[in-house]
Amino acid sequence: MTTLQEPVAAEPRPAPPPTRRDRRSWTGWGFLGPFVAVFALVFLAPIAYSVYLSLFRDQLIGGNTFVGLDNYTQALQDDRFWAAIGRVSLFLAVQVPIMLGIALLVALALDSGRLYGRDFFRISIFLPYAVPAVVATLMWGFMYGTRFGLVGDINGALGVSLPDPLSPDLVLASIGNIVTWEFVGYNMLIFYAALRVIPHSLYEAAQIDGAGQIRVITAIKLPAIRGALVIATIFSIIGSFQLFNEPSILQPLAPNALTTDYTPNFYTYSLSFNGQQHNYSATVAIVMGLITMVIAYVVQLRGMRKGV
Amino acid sequence: MTSPVVTVSDRSATAPSGASGSTPRLRTPRRRHSPGRPRRSVLLTVLTGLVLLYSLVPLVWLAISATKTQEGLSRSFGLWFDSDFALWENISETFTYNDGVFTRWLLNTLLYVVLGAGGATFLAVLGGYALAKFDFPGRRAVFAVVIGAVAVPGTALAVPTFLMFSEMGLTNTPWAVIIPSLISPFGLYLMWVFASEAIPTELMEAARIDGAGEVRTFFRVALPLLAPGIVTVLLFTMVATWNNYFLPLVMLKDPDWYPLTLGLNSWNAQAATAGGEAVFNLVVTGSLITILPLIAAFLLLQKYWQSGLAAGSVKE
Repeated sequence: MTTLQEPVAAEPRPAPPPTRRDRRSWTGWGFLGPFVAVFALVFLAPIAYSVYLSLFRDQLIGGNTFVGLDNYTQALQDDRFWAAIGRVSLFLAVQVPIMLGIALLVALALDSGRLYGRDFFRISIFLPYAVPAVVATLMWGFMYGTRFGLVGDINGALGVSLPDPLSPDLVLASIGNIVTWEFVGYNMLIFYAALRVIPHSLYEAAQIDGAGQIRVITAIKLPAIRGALVIATIFSIIGSFQLFNEPSILQPLAPNALTTDYTPNFYTYSLSFNGQQHNYSATVAIVMGLITMVIAYVVQLRGMRKGV
Repeated sequence: MTSPVVTVSDRSATAPSGASGSTPRLRTPRRRHSPGRPRRSVLLTVLTGLVLLYSLVPLVWLAISATKTQEGLSRSFGLWFDSDFALWENISETFTYNDGVFTRWLLNTLLYVVLGAGGATFLAVLGGYALAKFDFPGRRAVFAVVIGAVAVPGTALAVPTFLMFSEMGLTNTPWAVIIPSLISPFGLYLMWVFASEAIPTELMEAARIDGAGEVRTFFRVALPLLAPGIVTVLLFTMVATWNNYFLPLVMLKDPDWYPLTLGLNSWNAQAATAGGEAVFNLVVTGSLITILPLIAAFLLLQKYWQSGLAAGSVKE
């Protein structure tokens, strides 16, 4: 759990002003204690239990036996698992840049002060974030329908036949669209908030130097919000690897395209709650967690060193 | 002692922070002083408008569809009304269908939000305050562990948490949903950044010199200063709890304890089961009813949470 020890983005202020040396005491624990206690119960204990589970196997004959790293060997050779990782990796490579790119462009547009009705834009684009993934997916699922959804309406009205968004070829893109819709506004707001705290004096200096809009963006704005960009990227990566709600809710609409091992999270869920393979499920989840942390860590290192 | 909250609202002319009635008067001169105020651009507005359309069209679709009957949904164009205007019938049917189970789900969701999001906010505020304003052994390790834990997939936690809770007899009870909701790493982080900027250490020192204990200092000095941050964290934990699907899906078997999200999905899925009645009009209307409270909360409280978020935004 130490992979991300370099706090993502600037740690909020170096340290609390240690007014006097003797201020360093246990008082802070009195306030932090409740959080840490619950955190230990709902995060640390399950993780520890997960590791414990992954070392055992429940067999018909012999019951629960210690098998060492056998489950891990099995996971590393599991084609269904790797296929699921392949899908979320593709998703990650396409959806995350599109979503963050749109969010960044809108944030820059809002911050430029050149929009009519800026506040209306900001709040409206953010609103989908308040919509539960279940509702978002149900809604888009209805709209995707070729028979009586919007796609069907367009087909009927224009006499064309748009491809079925829920077909095996397109369903990943359709899920990407739902996730983009849900989180564009949220990321936009994070970027926008970071842009707002850039000191105005920098812009004035740039203006005196005769810098144009584009130059101001590349030389001042983007470097200034690098921390926000990195943290949004990391959270998006984590989100992509944990993809579950959208495929599982869409599944009844596209049972052939969306198998129960469609994403790693979906796979571990099915293993555990349909297949009763708790031990193997825990193993797969741990492997996935490790992969996620490694990638998040690499992104963070690169992001902090070289900028965007 | 310029807190970043003030800085931000100073610059965003249209979103004055605080309830101070004098803000509008201050705005005009400040706007005049801002150097080289950029001219508004129609082209940029139109381009950004495309993203706006993308964001709002599905919500418009949902609002229009909620006025249609089951047959109307399939026979009419999605973005326009059907000849049958059935909004009121749909709403009343949503609340009465299946012995009013929707009301039960709504109350469950409220229960989970009040205890889960309320508790999560309280813990995050206490913890963030501690991280920002006290130096204590293990302080730096906490951040590393908390952020690291965010990367652990939901299922890695859900499966063992389910097994643990089922040993403790907590599954299929509200506690199974509430207890894990009490932790919001994002809330802790936001509160930490916010508290370190919003509470002047001198003020705490002054309170201590006046003889206030730590608890009193927290409630009388820190808490009022933290208000915009608290509203922000509360809204985000509310969204997380209100929208939660995975955790209740794993923990709850009994539909009587379902939150709205799980309930709506079960209504949607029942059309696919043998002999199940298709109630798409209720799914759509129920969805609309589910999102309205959150959208209302964001709209009503926007000046508070936006200033809170701006102060908490990550910066170099």
